[in-house]
Amino acid sequence: MIERHIGLSIFCHVVLLIGAAAVCMPLYFAFVAGSLTVGEVQQVPFPLIPGSHFVENTILAWNEGQFSRLYVNSLIVTVGIVVGKLAVSLIAGFAVTYFRFPFRMTAFWLIFISLMLPVEVRIIPTYEAVADAGGPLRALFEAIGLTGFVADTTGYQLDAALQWNMINSYGGLILPLIASASATFLFRQFFLTVPDELCEAAKLDGAGPLKFFWDVLLPLSRANIAALSIILFLYGWNQYLWPLLFTTEKAMATAMIGLKDLIPVADAQPAWNIAMAASFFVMAPPALVILLMQRWFTKGLVDSSK
Amino acid sequence: MPANNAIMTSSEGAAARPRLSLRRSLGSLVRPSEAGLKASHFRRPWLAAGLLAPQLLILLFFFFIPTWKALSLAFVQVDPFGGTMIFVGLENFTTLLSSPEYRDSAVLTLWFTVVQCIATLVIAGLLAFATDNVLRGRAIYKGVILLPYAIAPAISGVLWAFLFNPTVGPFAQMLHELGLGWDPNRRPFDALLLVSVAAIWKHVCYDYIFLVAAFLAVPASVMEAAAIDGARPVRRFLTVTLPMAAPTIFFLIVMNFVYGLFETFGIIDTVTRGGPAGSTNTLVYKVYQDGFRQLDLGSSAAQSVILMAIAVLFTFLQFRAVERKVNYQV
Repeated sequence: MIERHIGLSIFCHVVLLIGAAAVCMPLYFAFVAGSLTVGEVQQVPFPLIPGSHFVENTILAWNEGQFSRLYVNSLIVTVGIVVGKLAVSLIAGFAVTYFRFPFRMTAFWLIFISLMLPVEVRIIPTYEAVADAGGPLRALFEAIGLTGFVADTTGYQLDAALQWNMINSYGGLILPLIASASATFLFRQFFLTVPDELCEAAKLDGAGPLKFFWDVLLPLSRANIAALSIILFLYGWNQYLWPLLFTTEKAMATAMIGLKDLIPVADAQPAWNIAMAASFFVMAPPALVILLMQRWFTKGLVDSSK
Repeated sequence: MPANNAIMTSSEGAAARPRLSLRRSLGSLVRPSEAGLKASHFRRPWLAAGLLAPQLLILLFFFFIPTWKALSLAFVQVDPFGGTMIFVGLENFTTLLSSPEYRDSAVLTLWFTVVQCIATLVIAGLLAFATDNVLRGRAIYKGVILLPYAIAPAISGVLWAFLFNPTVGPFAQMLHELGLGWDPNRRPFDALLLVSVAAIWKHVCYDYIFLVAAFLAVPASVMEAAAIDGARPVRRFLTVTLPMAAPTIFFLIVMNFVYGLFETFGIIDTVTRGGPAGSTNTLVYKVYQDGFRQLDLGSSAAQSVILMAIAVLFTFLQFRAVERKVNYQV
């Protein structure tokens, strides 16, 4: 053990206390604001002691913003993102590491390239892709003459059948967000560290690839899956740009969008107390996840950046 | 047994983290290779295709086709009603780059990102140094400082928009009492400052996690040797810990840039909506504004392409950073 300086110790505690205070201060003021009435929230100077209306404001915000519906939407979308991305990337990672087949490297590179462009830089084209998911198929069938052929032989209009609009649907909120290969990459990296003997042994015992995957690889990946689920949960719940674009109906919006709608605009009554009360229940699920599963969360964060 | 040399040498064993070498992997694109294939593997091409299909289909529909569309839209002009398209070559880019608005936005984005990056790193570094040097209460401090990671950029924006709201915000009132004419709705500098504070507040925890881990990874023997040589804690931090954490710091600089460029949309949309007078209209926010509000698809696509180029550059830097980080680990 290296020597300790009492002065340094005090300095470090002071720094950390200031840091912790800087984190908590906005949250505390938000809590105070959330516990006042509309009249009280506008007084100068701003009160430092919480009022007694927090529960009242929370219930009001919950009903006013239709959060019963939005919360369920957020949960469905978040769980969809977590489960969808984990499932898709586990099997894709398994395929590129454990199978020899033609174009294996091509597949790997197709997946790898998708790491390069974050969703934010392709907002508009992705919006179009979601608004008209059948478009590429229509163009393809048109080009190879299938549309005309089917229409001539059976009278069935392929063009009309392939109009998939995913705006205001859970699919539209989930699928574009799982179209990135970061998780596939993470599992690939992990599978490469799994000892070869395990696969040899499984093969000797007569296990097929799927049995090996289910009985050996999945149990081994539990820690990685847990850590990644947390990161994906935060990612899904905290989405803002996608729900903002892809939901035009209030009933399909997420909790994050509901909160945004509660922010007072210039001419309206400055009901910041309602907005602040709402911000607490919107940030509650990810905050709880972080507080309760700090160890997994840190592992997930450090791993997923490699 | 043909070992998968490019990714992992057998001597590293199961515990070692496989290395991803971009340069070597690029080479493997040209010649057929077994890179990244387990020595013990299966030969069931159709099963493998089935397992890959969901991932590749999702990527096709929501990644490759949109990206290709953005690339092709950037070179045409579309009338707002979506009727006709005319190929205009690089015209979208030249108009864009010569427009003062776009240049302002680029300069502003650069400033915002650089300031955010440096401030976040310095604050996180100080906190991580302090965490490294205290014994008591470490877990509590960590827990509190990590909390903003759970908070969405949009919520961080809402919180700070309230705190510094010129009529009701408690912090704004304090500034007014000091005689400062704080008003982010009217004064461009105030708006930019507010957005930066919200962005930094949200992101310090990210850098902090990595720096704490990096400082902790410095071998005790090295620190003891420095202590025996008479180096005091601050000196040890500057001459031993920091250099050993350099790869992590490089990695964080890249990640902070990525965050500042691409992930601050929620903050800007909730705090300022790009205003006043375009003073917080960063490049990503501008793509959204021009594409969804002004419906100028050609220009918006050209902007997307420029952002894509920046994103690709940062991805390469990120991989370099990760490679170096892995190599330095003792």
